Amino acid sequence: MRRRVFKSLQRKIVFITLVVSFIPLISLSVVIYNQFAQMFKDKIEEQIKYRARVQSNAIELFLKERIAILTVMADTHTFDNLAEKDNIGRLFQVMNRRAGGFIDLGLIDSAGRHVAYTGPYNLLELNYYSQPWFGEVESKGIYISDVFLGYRHVPHFIIAVRRQENNRSWILRATIDPNVFESLVRAGQVGKTGDAFIINKAGFYQTNPRFNGQILSKSNLEPTVFGEGTTVLEKVNREGEKVLYAGSWLKENNWLLVISQEASEEMTKLFRTRRMGIITVTSGCLLIIMTIIFTTNQIIRRLEVADRKMNELNAQLVHTDKLAALGKMAAGVAHEINNPLAVIAEKTGWMEDLLTEEEFQNSKYFEEYKKSLKKIEEHVERARKVTHGMLGFARRMEPHLEDVDVNEVLHQTITFLESSARLNNITIERDLSSDLPIIASDHAQLQQVFLNLMTNAIDVIGKDGIIHVRSRRTNSEIAISIKDNGPGIPKEFQSRVFEPFFTTKQIGKGTGLGLSVSHNIVQNLHGTITFESEEGKGTTFTVKLPVVVPQKK
Amino acid sequence: MEKPVEEQEVGEVDQFSVLLVDDEREFLETLIKRLQKRKLQVTGAGCGEEALRIIKETPPDVVVLDVRMQGMDGIQTLREIKKVCPMVEVIMLTGHASLEVAVEGMELGAFDYLMKPMDIDELVYKLEDAYKRKTIQERKIKHLEEERERSLT
Repeated sequence: MRRRVFKSLQRKIVFITLVVSFIPLISLSVVIYNQFAQMFKDKIEEQIKYRARVQSNAIELFLKERIAILTVMADTHTFDNLAEKDNIGRLFQVMNRRAGGFIDLGLIDSAGRHVAYTGPYNLLELNYYSQPWFGEVESKGIYISDVFLGYRHVPHFIIAVRRQENNRSWILRATIDPNVFESLVRAGQVGKTGDAFIINKAGFYQTNPRFNGQILSKSNLEPTVFGEGTTVLEKVNREGEKVLYAGSWLKENNWLLVISQEASEEMTKLFRTRRMGIITVTSGCLLIIMTIIFTTNQIIRRLEVADRKMNELNAQLVHTDKLAALGKMAAGVAHEINNPLAVIAEKTGWMEDLLTEEEFQNSKYFEEYKKSLKKIEEHVERARKVTHGMLGFARRMEPHLEDVDVNEVLHQTITFLESSARLNNITIERDLSSDLPIIASDHAQLQQVFLNLMTNAIDVIGKDGIIHVRSRRTNSEIAISIKDNGPGIPKEFQSRVFEPFFTTKQIGKGTGLGLSVSHNIVQNLHGTITFESEEGKGTTFTVKLPVVVPQKK
Repeated sequence: MEKPVEEQEVGEVDQFSVLLVDDEREFLETLIKRLQKRKLQVTGAGCGEEALRIIKETPPDVVVLDVRMQGMDGIQTLREIKKVCPMVEVIMLTGHASLEVAVEGMELGAFDYLMKPMDIDELVYKLEDAYKRKTIQERKIKHLEEERERSLT
């Protein structure tokens, strides 16, 4: 019952302390981690965005350079000049030497006819009039195409400029080397999962992506979701991985440079931090749990001990109350019996007195009569002992305090009993501490207590045995123990030892008052009397008296 | 064994008068008879008031006074006796083992105390002792008075 109360108390304490220590700990770590993760993510986004912008600037610059060189060439040459054999080849060499990145160069007249060409393909004399880019150049003057297959059936894109020469117009067209361009774009790719490619407005690849697809195939990215300038968004790819995409529009918003990266790759550091955090918090929690359980266990154990002590104290109190009540009753009974006893004693005495008269002396029954009267007297004496014992038990006498040397009292008592002990072959051993202080106590009452205890010891031993009398000083007490090697007190009697009239001696041999009187006396002297007994081994009574220093006279 | 001692004692001390005070009539009567048999002049009183009346009329040498009585108890009676007749010696009798009362009685000038039921011989010894003290006291006083008279004349 009690145990259960303590268990539930322990559970409550553990639960509450866990809650109040875990909630702040965990919420703090979650908040800090989230803040940190957000910052980290922002930084990563910032980084990838920055890369995309830088890369798109580089590409833009590349294209501008190509346009510039092509425009310069067109402006500084005439159609006729260029149409002349080998001239365009020389020009192409100069351009590639200065800028590079061109595959071929061609001159197209206003009818769309390829008038001059230098490059790896056989494209001379082809007509481009119906090609979509031709119209664009005619109308805009400068044009960069999307990637297309064209006559050569190889994906490529071109830069074309139109020149108005007097009243005739012509077009100078160059193809950009896809390898050079792709490696330029690819320079933006980072790490194991990073990618960099260009898609056009319709979502078709303009360069080969590193993963999933090739040039001119449709990308799974929807270009319209990217905002103006450079933006970052997060998507989940087919493998279920989060991927960060940074898109930067270029070429007058016709192309979108995309730099992508799996979030997990950049996040590894963050994940490591998170793992560390989780480990730290978990071990902290474990430590807290262990500490709490350990300390509550300690507390509960202390409580249990205190509770047990209190119960024992209560039981003792009840016991003392019971003894007091019994004492009062005993005193009442003793008094009521004592008066008739006194009358009986007087009457008997008177009868004895009368027996000395002569007429009785001659009676045949004189001796019988005298014997009977003696017997009555003996039994009155026996009853008197009981009533006086009872009254002694109930006596609330203030102890008469004087300077008492406890060892001296013990010596006297032992000397007094030694002869009767020796008769029964009982040895009384003295083990008395020499540093006992003189205390303020009642010599006569203490002697009565020791006498009771030692007489009891002699009685229980019967014949052949040892009584060990020991005195010791502890901090604030003098402890006197009287140990016998008698048969011990049976368990069922142990709780009744200090009750008045409780005796295991033969009827008529003991009043059952010795120990209860001793108990009362020791209590009045503010001491305690306890015993330990083991059946078959013996009993030890211990009297503890407070060290009360006598007042100086 | 008892007789020679008794004779010796009686031989030494004069006849003296004793007043027994106890409200237990049977006890009182029997004790009177027993003490009378031991050649003492004994009268009895059943309560404190009666005892005081007797003491005023014919002061005895020694009073044996029970502590617990109906009406005036032993201590009160003792006080009164000491007021009326301070030279009377008083022996307290108690069935009650309350030593406090006995000690209180001694402080009020009682000669000694005995616990009921008591041994008759013990009582007789105490009575004789009390009487002896009384005679010594009286002799001292008488002596002092003579000294004073002599100095006056």
